[in-house]
Amino acid sequence: MQLCKVQEILEAKVWTGTEKLEKEVYSACGCDLMSDVLAFAKEKIVLLTGLINLQVIRTAEMLDIKAIVFVRGKEPTSDMIDLAKERGIVLLSTGVPLYPACGLLYEAGLRG
Amino acid sequence: MTLCFTVDGNDFLRAGEASAVVKRTLKQLGLESSLVRKIAIAMYEAEMNMVLHANGGNIKVTLSDTYLTIQMMDTGPGIKDIDLAMQEGYSTANQKIRELGFGAGMGLPNMKRYSDELKIKTVVGVGTEVLLGFKL
Repeated sequence: MQLCKVQEILEAKVWTGTEKLEKEVYSACGCDLMSDVLAFAKEKIVLLTGLINLQVIRTAEMLDIKAIVFVRGKEPTSDMIDLAKERGIVLLSTGVPLYPACGLLYEAGLRG
Repeated sequence: MTLCFTVDGNDFLRAGEASAVVKRTLKQLGLESSLVRKIAIAMYEAEMNMVLHANGGNIKVTLSDTYLTIQMMDTGPGIKDIDLAMQEGYSTANQKIRELGFGAGMGLPNMKRYSDELKIKTVVGVGTEVLLGFKL
């Protein structure tokens, strides 16, 4: 699924990486525990999380995660935006909570 | 090639910088991306452990043609029961660490999962030395 489709489905705001929205992701991971993301996440996924701190961006960097969606109205801080820009990671945010956000993407064909 | 880092134990925001530098360096050297990913995850877990549990420490990364070694030394509290710490889900993390998204009890199991060699020497009250090895 293209990231622009993810954005459309979740009515998400784009914080970084507008030029990368045509990129494809093949799976998604909804999680607030970065340790679990590090244990189980596949490559080329979009991460959905309600956790806001710099380690979310670091975790994505280590795992080659190309895009992060902050759920339930959470917004990235300026240091997170700066690091994501530097590392080429797309940041989105949506008012939709984690469970329905995952459900909407799953229903649209993005499997886990 | 050898790379050395000092990890500040009081700076959660900067935690992971050493792993990020190693990841970028290995990518630039042309190592296969799935291998770089494995190394980065294992090192990042170990670096986060140093910051969250051991008040920082020192890291030495040694790269030869066939093997990469990451040696991590801290003077933290040590690990009381290594067998227990190796179990997925076991954690001594406090509430503050969990609020940061860590402390799920996956750190040491992840290091084992993604590396070819994991050696831990620990003395309670003195510190811990973790050695991660990867076949290239």
